[in-house]
This record gives sequence, structure tokens and C-alpha cells, in this order.
Amino acid sequence: MSHSQQVHSTPMPPQAAGSQEALRATDIVKRFGAVTALNGVSLHLNKGEMLGILGDNGAGKSTLIKILTGFQAPTSGKLAINGQDVALKSVDHARELGIECVYQDLALVPGLSIYHNMFLNREPLRAGPFRLLDNRQMRNRAAEALEDIGVNIPDVNEEVARLSGGQRQAVAIARAVYSKAKILLLDEPLAAMGARESGLILDLIDRLKKRADLSLIMIAHNYAQTLEVADRIMMFQHGEVTFERASAETSVPELLDVVRQNYKVVRGGA
Amino acid sequence: MSANTQKPVQANLGAKPRPHIGRRGLHGFLRIREASILVVAILLIIYFESTNANFLSDANLQTLSQFISPWVVIACGEIMLLICGEIDLSAGMVFALAPFIMYFAHDAGLPLIIAFILAIIGCGAIGFFNGFISVKLRVPSFVVTLGTMFLINGFTLTISRGFPVDTPNDAIFSFLMGGGYAEITWAVILVLFMHGMLRNTRWGLHTIAVGGNLLGSAESGINVTKIKIGNFVITGALAGLAGILEASRIGSTDPLAGGSNMMFMAVAAAVIGGTSLMGGSGTIIGGLFGGLMLGVLQDGFTINGINAFTFDMIIGAAILIAMVFNIHFARLRNMGKLK
Ligand SMILES: Nc1ncnc2c1ncn2[C@@H]1O[C@H](COP(=O)(O)OP(=O)(O)OP(=O)(O)O)[C@@H](O)[C@H]1O
Ligand SMILES: [Mg+2]
Repeated sequence: MSHSQQVHSTPMPPQAAGSQEALRATDIVKRFGAVTALNGVSLHLNKGEMLGILGDNGAGKSTLIKILTGFQAPTSGKLAINGQDVALKSVDHARELGIECVYQDLALVPGLSIYHNMFLNREPLRAGPFRLLDNRQMRNRAAEALEDIGVNIPDVNEEVARLSGGQRQAVAIARAVYSKAKILLLDEPLAAMGARESGLILDLIDRLKKRADLSLIMIAHNYAQTLEVADRIMMFQHGEVTFERASAETSVPELLDVVRQNYKVVRGGA
Repeated sequence: MSANTQKPVQANLGAKPRPHIGRRGLHGFLRIREASILVVAILLIIYFESTNANFLSDANLQTLSQFISPWVVIACGEIMLLICGEIDLSAGMVFALAPFIMYFAHDAGLPLIIAFILAIIGCGAIGFFNGFISVKLRVPSFVVTLGTMFLINGFTLTISRGFPVDTPNDAIFSFLMGGGYAEITWAVILVLFMHGMLRNTRWGLHTIAVGGNLLGSAESGINVTKIKIGNFVITGALAGLAGILEASRIGSTDPLAGGSNMMFMAVAAAVIGGTSLMGGSGTIIGGLFGGLMLGVLQDGFTINGINAFTFDMIIGAAILIAMVFNIHFARLRNMGKLK
């Protein structure tokens, strides 16, 4: 295994944080016709915590994320945010509750400029009766946000269609991060990124983790990277959680072992 | 960390097939693209004026403007629909139905202005129906509006028994709707309004977003159903308005007015003007220029005595040339200059 990103400090064990929970999902089931994408998944996320989710292709990870963003309704199961039961009615509803997401497909519009994508469906409007778009504000704030991450992006007027895969991912990440997110969901945010860009995004995640009011869920396929950056690890297989443990108490070989043996037990840890 | 505002490298641009046209950034280029159609239209005007001195006479300009106006008004709606990935084939039939709704409502004793508003609402409702079936029941709009095209045509012929009626009129109405240049005035006002809406409002931006990435727009929380159905309603209402404008000018409401030819001219104006049939990009002003170009061709050949068959061939060729021109020159320009 070769990993090019810098070594992070040993992750802290998941803190109790006054048993403050940002998010709790109980017994989530999601069926698409005959396909059961999620078969009774339960998880919680503490405030200020970062949860890493690993799992095979088709295990139901993205489906869970889409349920948490209000994009899809679960077939059954309950959600609680900040300890309050909610039934998410829409993406806007989830966003009002502080949930932001970088979707696996990035949800960018290729024909629109970077700055319009950064503010898609949350466009600031100019004062006045005509409710016109405040393009200048969008342009300036988008440029600031991207500059802050440090990923190389041509100017914000550029169409997203002209960006590389990694640049697009950076735009999607900047969009989610520079909103007022309290719960940030990242579905394979590093998938198309080169070593340097991955490093930058991991740095960004490290900075975000210092914010006690922000909780993160990151889905990834790189075990070592995820172990390093997340406080706790969950493994999804066939729509179920098959493994869960604090990052400090597990290792890449153990995770690989879980996959290999297709464990269907353990809900220890944390 | 310093933002490395790297200059876009030309090599990485030319390689890609021309992507959707964006709003800002490509704005200058878009203007040029719209302008290129305008230039073609002006060259045609110069040509026809040189072959026939009456071309720029007041009488002919009125005729020309009356050709163009209904196409352009309907094109405003079709462009919004094309951008968000839909089409309305029934608009030409709604055009014919609208003045009949007004006529019958007025006949039933309603004040003319109320009858007018009712007709526009009725046409908006037809748009809603088209949109609802397309979006909610997931039948492609091409098929849905093909159905309603025949349905509405038959309905109009039935309620009119196939005969024209006199368009109801009064002083205010004839001031607003009558007169040689009333239609084109309305058309230009609508174009400016719709252009502003497409470029500068959330509705316009979301229309482009929905056409460019439907799933991503929905994931971003955009109500894609609302955007699509809303644009069907706009198209229906505009088609109705165009129909009433024409019926008011002529003074007669004809069940055979408009029709699918009218709708195709509106779509042709849109496409020649630079709106993509694939969705995700388009321009309202371009639709006006596209309509102008088609109108100049039609009118010019008519007064030069070229027959209708030849005209159809020329229109067909013009559409093909315009498309090749749009796609290829856009690509060349893309590679050459990008601030
Ligand atoms: N909209 C949908 N309609 C039908 N089936 C779906 C839909 N979305 C997901 N599925 C199915 O649900 C299952 C889980 O898909 P999901 O995208 O959640 O997997 P994943 O864990 O994110 O996989 P990957 O690592 O490849 O991204 C798959 O079998 C998939 O085919
Ligand atoms: Mg996935």
C-alpha cells in the first residue's frame, strides 16, 4: 500500500462530548422495488466527531447519505437530529437543519459557471423588488472559498464542464464546506483526486475537525486514509452494518479481514 | 495559501466537444453568437432591399413584423422548455384556441378584459396539463404534446364548427392589441422580459440547471417538477397571447390559424438563435434574431416572387447551415479566444 499524504497525529478516541448527538438513525430500511439497499441500518454521530464509512460497491452507503440529505425518503426507520426526531421532507429541509453533502456524483451542472454551481439553489439575491441574482457576491464568495482550500482552479467564471475531475470535486467540496453546515456528509470526496489534491482536502478535513460544532461522515474506499482521518469506522456490507470500532482500536489488516470473512456480527466498539 | 489563478490552457479546451453554454464567463462569447445571427439577418435585409426597393417600406416592415411576432412570442416559451429539456408541440394549436376562448367568454357576457385573462389562464392550464403528464407521469413531452396538439386542434375545430368568427374588440383593447406594430412591440417587450428572467433570476438559473443535470439539480434541492411544469405553463400562456394578438390585429378569429407550422417556426427560431435541443443552454435574444432571420427570408422571397416550394427548401437549408455554423464556429471561437 502506498499512501502519499502526510502523517496525521494519532486520532483521538471518539469523545463523549456530553453525550451530545448530532445525528442518530435507527433501523433504516430502504428498498428499490425488489432491491433492498439498506436492511435495518442504525448509526449515530456525535457532535464534533468524524465517522468513516467503508464498504463494497453497492453496499448501500450512498443510499444512506441520500436519506440523510432528505433527497430520498427511507422505506422505514427513524432519524433524529440534535436529539430531535425528524422526518426530512426535502433537501431544503435537511439543509435548514444544517446538513450539507458532497454527493458521489457531485451534483454539479456542467454548463454553469463555477460560482453558479457553488451557490446552486442558495443563490443570494440583490436588494430590490425584482429578486435578481447577486452575481457579484456569488463570484467573490466563490473565489474566496476556493482560494481558502488552495486547490488550483481557473477563475470562477469558468464553466464546470471545462474542469478536471479533481477540480470538480474541489468545487463540490467547497460548496458544502462554505455553507453553514453542522453535519457534513462526504460521499467519496477523494475519488478523482491526485495525491496533492487529496492531501489538501485531508488538510481541510483536519481543520474542519477542530470545529467542535461540526460533525462529519465520510465515505471512502481507501482504508488507511479513512483510518487516519476518522475517529470511528463503520463497515457496510449488503445493506447492513457489519463492523464498527474506534479508529484507534482497529487497523487496516483487521478491516481487510472483516471484508474477507464477510463478518455479519460485531456491533461493539464506541 | 495563495490562489493560483491559472490561465486556462487552450489545449484542454479544444479537445472537448462543445459543452453546454454557460451563463457568465461565456457571456461575451454568447453575445457574439447571438450577434452572428443578427448579422446574417441584416445581410439578408441588405440583399432584399437591393433587389427590391420596397423591402424597407413601411408597409413591408409591418408585414415582416407580423410574420415574426407570433414566432418570437411562442419561441420565448419554447426556449425555456428546450433549455430545461422539454418541448411543446401543441403551442401552435393553443395559438388558435386562445382567441376562441376569449370569444366565447365574451359572448357569454363577460367583459372583454376578463375574457382575455380567462383565455390566457386557460392556455396556461393546457400548459400545466402538458407539463403534469410529462413530468409526473413520465411520458416524454414530445409524445404528450403530440397528443395534445391533435386534441386541441380537434377541440378548436369542434367548438368553432370550423368557421371563423369576428374577434371581439373595444377601445382599450384595440389600442393595446391592434395597430401595425402592436404585435412586434409586445414581442420585443416579452423578449426583453424573458431574457432578463433567464439570465438574472433563480427561475432562469434553475431552468438551465435542470436541463444541464437533472439528477444533480434535484440533489441540490431544486424542485425540478416545479421548474419544468412552470415552463410548460409559461409556454401555453405565451402561445395563447400570441394567438389573441394576431386574432385582434386581423379582426377575425380563425380555427385554422397557427397550427403545427407556427410551432415549428418558433422552434426553428429558437434553434437558429442558438438554443440547444439537448437542453442546458439557450438564449431568448437569440430566438428573436432567429425569428428575424426566418421572417426576412420568408418575406423577402415572397415579395421577390419566389414560390413557396422554393422557399421551403431555402428555409430547410438555412436551418442546416445555421446549425453547422453555430456548432463549428462556436468550437473555433472557443479554442481561439477565451479571456
Ligand atoms: N435509485 C435507485 N433505484 C434502484 N436501485 C437503486 C437506486 N439507488 C441505489 N440502488 C441500489 O441500491 C444498492 C445500493 O446502492 P448505493 O449507491 O447505496 O451503493 P454504494 O454503497 O454507495 O456503492 P458504491 O461504493 O459503488 O458507491 C445497489 O444495489 C443499487 O443498485
Ligand atoms: Mg456510493
